[in-house]
Amino acid sequence: MENKINEVPRINFVDPEEAAIYKALQKQSEIIIEDKLENTMVLNMGPQHPATHGVLRLLLKLDGERVVGCVPELGYLHRGYEKLAENMTYYEYIPHTDRLDYLATMANNVHYVLAVEKLAGIDIPDRAKWIRMIVAELSRIASHLIGIGTMAMDVGALTILLWSLREREKIQSIFDKVCGARFTTSYTRIGGVASDIDDEGIAMIKKFIDEFPFYLHEMEKLLHTNKIFLDRCEGIAYISKEDAIAIGFTGPNLRGSGVEWDLRVKQPYLFYDKVDFKVPTYTEGDALARYYVRVDETLESCKIIRQCLEKMQPGSIIANEPKKVLPKKEEIYTRMEELIHDFMLVNFGMNPPKGNIYAGFENPKGELGFYIVSQGKGYPWKLKIRSPSFNNLQALPMLVKGHLVSDVVAIIGSIDPVMGEADK
Amino acid sequence: METKLTNQIVLNKIKQKFPSAILSTEEFQGDFILYVDTNQIHELLKFLKEDSELCFEQSTDITAVDWATRKNRFSMVYQLLSYKNNYRLRVMCYVDGSLHHPTVSDIWPGANWQEREVYDMYGIIFDNHPDLRRMYLPEYFEKYPLRKDYPLMGNPGDFKLPTIIED
Repeated sequence: MENKINEVPRINFVDPEEAAIYKALQKQSEIIIEDKLENTMVLNMGPQHPATHGVLRLLLKLDGERVVGCVPELGYLHRGYEKLAENMTYYEYIPHTDRLDYLATMANNVHYVLAVEKLAGIDIPDRAKWIRMIVAELSRIASHLIGIGTMAMDVGALTILLWSLREREKIQSIFDKVCGARFTTSYTRIGGVASDIDDEGIAMIKKFIDEFPFYLHEMEKLLHTNKIFLDRCEGIAYISKEDAIAIGFTGPNLRGSGVEWDLRVKQPYLFYDKVDFKVPTYTEGDALARYYVRVDETLESCKIIRQCLEKMQPGSIIANEPKKVLPKKEEIYTRMEELIHDFMLVNFGMNPPKGNIYAGFENPKGELGFYIVSQGKGYPWKLKIRSPSFNNLQALPMLVKGHLVSDVVAIIGSIDPVMGEADK
Repeated sequence: METKLTNQIVLNKIKQKFPSAILSTEEFQGDFILYVDTNQIHELLKFLKEDSELCFEQSTDITAVDWATRKNRFSMVYQLLSYKNNYRLRVMCYVDGSLHHPTVSDIWPGANWQEREVYDMYGIIFDNHPDLRRMYLPEYFEKYPLRKDYPLMGNPGDFKLPTIIED
């Protein structure tokens, strides 16, 4: 009796007559039942997609709304900068570094000439070092502002982008004042910088770093209490410490995974060992952590700039090495020796010693490195750019697996690639 | 108290394990360069990654150099970074005349794209690479642009334009 109660009656959901019709239909159209579950499709995202930060093309394999596979296709912005570098002097290549990471032009200029100076063994004056640090940090703030703004826009908070662009505009105006161009700066020279910062420029920088924390705090208030933003970024695209290092993550992405690694601290260049700043590190390893690292880094950059302005002393801004550094324009017109040097440097380039060097620096996106092979001529035999965006993007297929299509844009935003740099 | 890794310590450690692998060494502007026998490059790099003291966890950059007139035309350049020791090392070796070279993408996952880029630009074929396609250029492109015999302005016809279908 008890057994019968416990026995669950089997219910036929499908009417036997109906089942027969289905079977007949199957025979006609040759559909196999199992096929209904295998409904993966391939979605082509980009290259002209507003959330891919340029011309990144992703081929996504979807199961319903989940991503099961991803293949990034690069090269839509490939301009052959490594080939170009082999056919021009070290001086002529400076403007081309603007076009690598076009959101942090000043940082590229500074780090390229630092690499060439390492090769040629040039020591630069103190004031030039301080100025380089100031402009590199300003451009770090500008780059992170775009990174924060576009990531917030990708997940639906458009206001942040407008506010961050407004702040970035002030930095562009400072660059305009300092070097005469807002975007394509080409400010640094081998051995120093092109022009000195005058009092008006310093006043503009001071005004900016005084006001910026307040405006950043306003942005933070809007985002950090926004449940939609937090829910969409928290726990998305987790990457562990070991994976992040092995795949080639550098910069803010690596620090979001809990590796306290900043080349400015670990392998100091310029005067980064003489200023005091923290390296913001988060251990969560998700998209939100990478975002927080960028926000915190902008404030640290402000701290560095303030210390640079305090410690900067008047002095020369370009090294006195006539065989390697371009002379001043007035001197070319009035002195014979300088005219000869100028002629030789412009036509044949400076001749660094034979050998090869690698120099890596902390760019806003990660480690920007230059590998230069010199044969003792004015032209580099080979110049390889180790671009952070290229190596960071490599983790994308790993990160997007298992997430929704709508999360893919948030993940790209959290990696913050720039295609000008990834495609070279 | 950890001892700081110096060039000599690294060199001794490798020489202990691979007595005949290192052909020569060079120090230039603070960089330390090892020139290594091509036949032992894969085992040596695997050792550099997996040794508990050296611990080169990241391949910062992989590239090749075209020497144009030398007997061994191409060199591979491995730029390694040890996070534990805060130490950089550059390993260089020649590529065989057959242009086949062992892949290191099984040692460092990050080497995958870096080797694809080298294949795209120099035409060096990496054996056992999981996904050896061109990185930047289209698949139909036949030449290798960073070789020294490729002209700066390119060859006419290298890039095929899409054919226009008239209706």
